[in-house]
Amino acid sequence: MNNTPGKIRIATTSLAGCFGCHMSILDIDEKIIDLVELVEFDRTPLTDIKEIGECDIGIIEGAVANSENVEVLQEFRKHCKTVVAIGACALNGGIPAMRNHYSLEECLKESYVDGMGLDKPLIPSDPELPMILNEVHPVQDVVKVDYVLPGCPPTADMIWDALTALIEGREPSFSLDEVRYD
Amino acid sequence: MSAATVEAINNIIDNNHDPDYLLQHLIEIQHHFHYIPEIAIGALAQTTGFSETHIQSVVAFYSFLSLEYQGDYRILFSDNFTDRIDHNQQLKTLLEDKVKDASVYIGMTSCTGLCDQGPGLLVNGLAINDLDDQRVEEIAALILNKEPVSNWPVHLFAIRDNIQRSDIQLQQESSGGEGLAKALSLGPDQTLSVVDASGLRGRGGAGFKTATKWSFCKQHQSDQHFVVCNADEGEPGTFKDRILLNTYAEEVIEGMTICASVIGASKGLIYLRGEYRYLLEALQGTMQKLRSENKLGNNILGQNGFDFDVEIHLGAGAYICGEESSLIESLEGKRGIPRIRPPFPVQQGYKNKPTVVNNVETFWSVAHILRQGADWFNQAGTEASPGTRLLSISGDCERPGIYEYPFGMTLTEILKDCGGAGAQAIQMAGAAGTTVLAKDFARQLSFEDLATGGSFMVIGSQRDLMDLLDNFATFFRHESCGFCTPCRVGTLLIEEIIQRFNHKQGSEVDLEQLQRIAQIMQETSFCGLGSTAPTAFIDALNQSPELFTERMGHDIDNPVFDLEQATRDYKRITQ
Repeated sequence: MNNTPGKIRIATTSLAGCFGCHMSILDIDEKIIDLVELVEFDRTPLTDIKEIGECDIGIIEGAVANSENVEVLQEFRKHCKTVVAIGACALNGGIPAMRNHYSLEECLKESYVDGMGLDKPLIPSDPELPMILNEVHPVQDVVKVDYVLPGCPPTADMIWDALTALIEGREPSFSLDEVRYD
Repeated sequence: MSAATVEAINNIIDNNHDPDYLLQHLIEIQHHFHYIPEIAIGALAQTTGFSETHIQSVVAFYSFLSLEYQGDYRILFSDNFTDRIDHNQQLKTLLEDKVKDASVYIGMTSCTGLCDQGPGLLVNGLAINDLDDQRVEEIAALILNKEPVSNWPVHLFAIRDNIQRSDIQLQQESSGGEGLAKALSLGPDQTLSVVDASGLRGRGGAGFKTATKWSFCKQHQSDQHFVVCNADEGEPGTFKDRILLNTYAEEVIEGMTICASVIGASKGLIYLRGEYRYLLEALQGTMQKLRSENKLGNNILGQNGFDFDVEIHLGAGAYICGEESSLIESLEGKRGIPRIRPPFPVQQGYKNKPTVVNNVETFWSVAHILRQGADWFNQAGTEASPGTRLLSISGDCERPGIYEYPFGMTLTEILKDCGGAGAQAIQMAGAAGTTVLAKDFARQLSFEDLATGGSFMVIGSQRDLMDLLDNFATFFRHESCGFCTPCRVGTLLIEEIIQRFNHKQGSEVDLEQLQRIAQIMQETSFCGLGSTAPTAFIDALNQSPELFTERMGHDIDNPVFDLEQATRDYKRITQ
């Protein structure tokens, strides 16, 4: 469903993440001008498109923490030829997964019942709200992932190298210096 | 803390402040109190000089030790595959139902070495065999009556040797020390030549030539050498050392003494797995007898200056301690984490002195070889695998038990003897070994074809091999020592993947992951546990891919993610 023929279509999303990986995408600075020559953005926080269309590349930031994350992720997998998970949270749960050391009940109570300064303690349960998962999962627990870029966040250079390789139909590869996990 | 507690702890420590005895003290404290009281950690920190955190880490490492009081009875059901096919899970549930309100902890543990007379369990460290509903009910009644385990009827603990086939070694009368006398008359160099000529290879599984190991150790100059007998028989499905230590302990210790005479050691250690604690008293009796006969002690058999004695150290439920460098760490009172090699134990072993670590069966064979001669031994077996060895046969066969076979026997012949016709597979050498499918039963027992540390589990045609894999996956996840990441994380990931297939929720992604994790573990694990743990799964995938492909979930391209299950807690909390 490429709107502009010949242009690679990219979608991105941030699940349970801090948008730091998206900031790192923006850190490619002026190269973004080169990028938009080659690609068109589908659903991303940059375009504010809500429904994903058929895409070549889907970029996932963040871990899977609630039912909406699962749904979005499965939609991305269905509509993107290649799925790239970026950042520590997507790869192994990262900061959001630190709650896995506690039960969900303990977490919710700490936030909504026993926390300081609460006026009317109540665990939110509106059907409009996504359901929170028992545990936070990395992306590959839910869908097949084609490529992962580690880092918190991955550097702009790494994202740029990976994207250009994929756009040009090359297998992405990185020097040892480029791969970082912190 | 009562004065009685303090006194009991002091009695156990008994002014022995040697840090090497830390683990032994902890085991006795656990045995006495059924847990390790905090005050004991403080006392041991003072006497051994270790920090309290170090001692806590040792307690946490060994699964038979616990920092929390869990009840007057600590019951651990053996969870080998052979226990599972005899319904250990149902028996556990039955016991749990019967003793609900009693002061008891009921859990699972790895194979306790009673596979020929299972299912087995350990109660406060002592082994019970032949479990069935009736025996479980009897145990439940004793618990409800608050009978101390020392008062439980002996028939519960009546473990049999169960020797089904004897060959040249088991047919021997008791050696009576003749092998040792021969060794002393020959002198160290000639004795070593006899062992060398016999071609004896280590019986633990790896099959390193015994004489070569001894001569490496002997060559290594040091003020002290040590002989260590590895009786940490932890490979699932192995129980031959149990009968050797029960009935043939004199020959085992004789073999150790012969080794000592060759390498110049004055101290030997037997590392007895915690599961075999029930053998401890008899073993100590045997040693006492040997001392009274001057076969242990000073100037042995009148040989001036040949002093040697043996001490028993107990293990505490850690499979990894069967690996020789972990075993040495454990002997030194530490966590059983493997050492980097080289240096090998023959260079720097126990207390960093040259040490020979051999299997129980190896020492036992040495005693017979010295007595009967190298030719007597190597007339049996094949050229590369001389002699006979003991097989522990269990699983789906009519006559499980101990079988002594010359090397070179085919699996078909062995199956015929034990009544295992119609088996779909043999698991050779335990969880880390090889799964041999029926089409390959013409293969033979030998180091050059199918090596084993003694384990031979028959898998009947009615069994699901995925259940076997599930059992192994849980075993390795539990037994990984946690020191290196590939093994610690890899065993957990493999368990998760295997469980998904077992629930018919596999995917292509899982298969790719399994192979990738296996490769990483094989290439980068610190010791043999991690590098062999994936073998059974990869063997199964290569030999019977349908085992996996027929258990895929609805979307084979993606992992199965059960949203219903994953939101269960939230729904419960907010309903």
